[in-house]
Amino acid sequence: MQKISVLLFLVWVCFLFYAGIALFTSGFLLTRLELTNRSSCQEPPGPGSLPWGSRGEPGACWMPSRFSRVVLVLIDALRFDFVQPQHSYVPGEPSVPLPFRGKLGSLRRILEIQPHHARLYQSKADPPTTTMQRLKALTTGSLPTFIDAGSNFASYAIVEDNLIKQFTSAGCDPSHVPTGRRVVFMGDDTWKDLFPGAFSQAFFFPSFNVRDLHTVDNGILEHLYPTMDNGEWDVLIAHFLGVDHCGHKHGPHHPEMAKKLSQMDQVIQGVMERLENDTLLVVIGDHGMTKNGDHGGDSELEISTALFLYSPTALFPRAPPEVRPEEPEVVPQISLVPTLALLLGLPIPFGNIGEVIAELFSEVEDSQPHSSALAQASALHLNAQQVSRFLHTYSAAAQDLQVKELHRLHNLFSKASADYQRLLQSPQGAKAALQTVITELQQFLRGVRTMCIESWARFSLVRMAGGAALLAAACFLCLLVSQWATSPGFYLHLLLVPVAWCLAGVAVCAGLLAYAGLKLDPVVLGAMAAVGSLLPFLWKAWAGWGSKRPLAALLPNPGPVLLLLLIRFAALFSDSFVVAEARATCFLLGSFILLLVAQLHWEGKLLPPKLFTTPRLGFSAPTSPPRHSGMHALGLGVGLLLCIRLAGLFHRCPEETPACHSSPWLSPLASLVGGRVKNLWYGACVGALVALLAVVRLWLRRYANLKSPEPSVLFVRWGLPLMVLGTAAYWALASGVDEAPPRLRALVAGASVVLPRAVAGLAASGLMLLLWRPVTVLAKATIGAPRTRTVLTPFSGPPTSQADLDYVVPQIYRHMQEEFRGRLERTKSQGSLTVAAYQLGSVYSAAMVMALTLLAFPLLLLHAERISLVFLLLFLQSFLLLHLLAVGMPITTSGPFTVPWQSVSAWALMATQTFYSTGHQPVFPAIHWHAAFVGFPEGHGSSTWLPALLVGANTFASHLLFAVGCPLLLLWPFLCESQGSRKRRQPPGNESEARVRPEEEEEPLMEMRLRDAPHHFNVALLQLGLKYLFVLGIQILACALAASILRRHLMVWKVFAPKFIFEAMGFIVSSVGLFLGLALVMRVDGAVSSWFRQLVLAQQR
Amino acid sequence: MKDTDIKRLLYTHLSCIFSVILSIFIPSFFLENFSILETHLTWLCICSVFVTTVNLVLYLVVKPNASSKRSSLSYKVTRLLKCCIYFLMSCFFFHVIFVLYGAPLIELVLETFLFAVILSTFTTVPCLCLLGPNIKAWLRVFSRNGLTSIWENSLQITTISSFVGTWLGAFPIPLDWERPWQVWPISCTLGATFGYVAGLVISPFWIYCNRKQLTYKNN
Repeated sequence: MQKISVLLFLVWVCFLFYAGIALFTSGFLLTRLELTNRSSCQEPPGPGSLPWGSRGEPGACWMPSRFSRVVLVLIDALRFDFVQPQHSYVPGEPSVPLPFRGKLGSLRRILEIQPHHARLYQSKADPPTTTMQRLKALTTGSLPTFIDAGSNFASYAIVEDNLIKQFTSAGCDPSHVPTGRRVVFMGDDTWKDLFPGAFSQAFFFPSFNVRDLHTVDNGILEHLYPTMDNGEWDVLIAHFLGVDHCGHKHGPHHPEMAKKLSQMDQVIQGVMERLENDTLLVVIGDHGMTKNGDHGGDSELEISTALFLYSPTALFPRAPPEVRPEEPEVVPQISLVPTLALLLGLPIPFGNIGEVIAELFSEVEDSQPHSSALAQASALHLNAQQVSRFLHTYSAAAQDLQVKELHRLHNLFSKASADYQRLLQSPQGAKAALQTVITELQQFLRGVRTMCIESWARFSLVRMAGGAALLAAACFLCLLVSQWATSPGFYLHLLLVPVAWCLAGVAVCAGLLAYAGLKLDPVVLGAMAAVGSLLPFLWKAWAGWGSKRPLAALLPNPGPVLLLLLIRFAALFSDSFVVAEARATCFLLGSFILLLVAQLHWEGKLLPPKLFTTPRLGFSAPTSPPRHSGMHALGLGVGLLLCIRLAGLFHRCPEETPACHSSPWLSPLASLVGGRVKNLWYGACVGALVALLAVVRLWLRRYANLKSPEPSVLFVRWGLPLMVLGTAAYWALASGVDEAPPRLRALVAGASVVLPRAVAGLAASGLMLLLWRPVTVLAKATIGAPRTRTVLTPFSGPPTSQADLDYVVPQIYRHMQEEFRGRLERTKSQGSLTVAAYQLGSVYSAAMVMALTLLAFPLLLLHAERISLVFLLLFLQSFLLLHLLAVGMPITTSGPFTVPWQSVSAWALMATQTFYSTGHQPVFPAIHWHAAFVGFPEGHGSSTWLPALLVGANTFASHLLFAVGCPLLLLWPFLCESQGSRKRRQPPGNESEARVRPEEEEEPLMEMRLRDAPHHFNVALLQLGLKYLFVLGIQILACALAASILRRHLMVWKVFAPKFIFEAMGFIVSSVGLFLGLALVMRVDGAVSSWFRQLVLAQQR
Repeated sequence: MKDTDIKRLLYTHLSCIFSVILSIFIPSFFLENFSILETHLTWLCICSVFVTTVNLVLYLVVKPNASSKRSSLSYKVTRLLKCCIYFLMSCFFFHVIFVLYGAPLIELVLETFLFAVILSTFTTVPCLCLLGPNIKAWLRVFSRNGLTSIWENSLQITTISSFVGTWLGAFPIPLDWERPWQVWPISCTLGATFGYVAGLVISPFWIYCNRKQLTYKNN
């Protein structure tokens, strides 16, 4: 009952965290489905004849092309007021000269001199205003969110239909333009990731260093004019970064900005002079900037950008309406996409939801009455047909658009379309009818845009704040209960109350909703249930805790641990530290270990006291003798540092630090060229495997009985080597798959399917065996000489073999003395029975270690071969850490047991460190996708959960292993008890003496101390779980807070959001692992109890 | 008696601080283009030499602990040699620790080693001056209840604050401010120097404020 309530309570706490994460995610990470459909010339967007389709003009697609070439000058962060003249019309404002105003004079001049050729618009970008998202929008005409759930996570390449694809794909009329247009690009290298291989000629320049104002711009200028002059292009894109970088470095109010803008002015001037009549010039800013020069959010200054169009041929029938020249028409930024597509005679990209700028489609010379308006209407109609087609496809594939609104829009479109068709049949219709159609079409297009923005592009601050608050409350709850649990007036069954509340709340909510017929978000429902159960519990716990005691007593102690947790918390708010977390974690872990050693020394536990006693001083020796010999702890510390440093060699660089080089050891062996090197490495990897096996067996031999006839032990003895063999064979095949002779190809292919599956299957069956019979105790019943004091003595009589004496420490469960006191009287009279039970003292940790090993092997198989060395280091360093932590810990004999904060924090820190040293980084392109093909070289067909599971297991292997191994933190100090007492007991060469007085000697009870106090044991497990959840929880809380506070930060989509996602996934994996680990310990506990019961029965017979 | 001791302590510390300051300003008279950041290694050497010299001179002048009974020349020479060996060993020891903490193994070896030298100067040299080449005494000073005089107390404080300064100095390295002092190991050496100076300043005052509570084993 107690166990179940502990587990249920942990489940509830995890549920609180999950609800918080889900709530935050639903407000922060807006998702959208990416469709891979493409528009093509041959396939018009809707029924009805294309307006010009029948004329068969060359280059005509959905519409005839008006321009054959286009120059797109993209000036990063060209805010709208950068193109405004210096003088301000606002009357009240003092006219201070602003450095960013009035510098783009050539635009102004052209606008005044040639009003029919040029037009300036204020274009509104959609948030997130980060360059990559804006580039996606400017080419697809859609609203990119952070996670565009597409088919391809591994690269940033755009999979949706886009302008570049339409440019480069085969021309609309195969007879005339057989190849695509030549797209020449120069500038920001983000385009390289977005459109790999799309450009006929490209000059990429690095964009990462925001302090560098000139490299990209000067690079472009070097190539821009020569390229324009040589004429080998149809589309020329120049992406200037200087203005943006100047904003980041100095802000817009800096003289440097004036220089940069003047330079841009010259560029535009130069380009305009070189334009030919068939060419359109587009100058556009992808986003604006705030007063400090940042961008990423949705403030007015960030989203307002300039859009300037110019052509040497007349574009417009009339000059712009001279109402207020300072405030030109406002158009959405993505309007450029359909406009450009139709002007160039291309199909509009499939996923576009922008609206054409109708003005550009008027006929310049009004040949017929209303022909301008008709042309506009036809362009709008094409556009609307395309958007409607997209909506139809999208809503069939995803459900995140509102159904009612969709229905309304559909009706609107049908009506407008019908009106348009009617108009076409009677072209002499009134002007009013034309206007109506245009208005209706525009209404439809704007409605679609509004609806999409609602669901794809707006943070929900309420949800974000709610999620963060829920996470914080859950963390607080962990703290409160973990402290409260050790206080005397604590009853485990109290914990079931919130779970009951939670269930009841959910039931009532669901019932009410079902009754009302409303459909509610499961996320909100979960959050409401969480809050509903959390509040009463916190209230109750607070009352139980007592308001007299200070809150500070709740905090993790001692001071250094608190400092460590604070540093970890604060570091997540700095993008530099998130990027450098791999190194920072190693550094922190190293500091922490040295601190532990120094602390031991400070308290005089490190060195034997005789070193201190200087005759003059009479230094007082510490009262309790150290349990370990002098340099033991120091050696552990240095060994740990060495392990961490070695593991740090397997480091993958984040892409933000170009100077850093990833470790070459992370690549699979198959990529190695030299046969000799490959063989050496292969030997090293297999050596690591064997060493891992040897370490585990050595440990088990020392602490658990490898002679036990239990099936799980047999499995460890025979199954593990088999798994090693299978893994080694698989690696041999995988690394040399190209060298296999052709006759054996089929065999090799078959084996590389079978072997990994076999290893995984072996591991799974081993785990099953372990769950079925987790007690690895060898019991021997021997008839010995009658004893006066006890029935159960260790080693009564001579040991059965020398081997037993060497490594088997016999353990007797003293508890049985009391339990059978009644029986004792009778058995004594019958001649006594002696039971010797071996390795009872390490029965819990033996099961844990076996489970961890069995888990580690399949996980190892998912990684590249050389990561096996890291896994070996992982086991070594966690053993060392456990030993080091156990050195400083006093043995509590009869409870309450606690796991100190430093153990838990060091453990969590080590989990993070291992995550990095297994070659991972919290960004999507760094995920090891090849893990999905281990055992499935042909791919998975249509199923997605299995590859996701494999990749997830690869990514979060360290989280899983450390979480499952968490109970070892509680068990290990008891395990180390045996060493201390054995050392004390056995002076060298005096074995006989030790055997002479076995009864007098107090046998170390080790982990049986835990069984002696089941209540305290359960509380300790609960406390351990809560502390671990707390340490992980504040990390996820920090990530959530950082992502929401810094949501305008330049790096939010590149650093903070991926970090949050990885941290959240890691938290989920860790909590599941923790639950499994605790459950395993409880299963062992139950099995030990039943083992005793059987023993009693056997004795009675 | 205690107050005079504390005063002497203060003066010795002030002269140590003065030596650090001197090492910043004096070389610029003799060397062209000298600055802490650009010719960092030179400064490290000079600072190390200055601080060591001042420490030795102070040790000879102030004589904080009772002079040892044996004063034969050979004893003194072996003691001196031992001190040199200890100093070198501590340099190598710190170097190894830095590498274990994540310093590059092969590149920038000279920088790392000079950093180890300067940290040894701030920590090992005062220990050697005060306690002699006697590891047991060192271990005693750096444990709870191991202090025997205010000199040892101040030694403890300055050494620990030097280490803490070094540790804190590592924090700005990953930041993307791109300042010249963020380069390895400049921020750490600066941190060590600041920590050392701070320890020198703090320890007399700390001892003065806590002079009532402080009781040492031998007096």
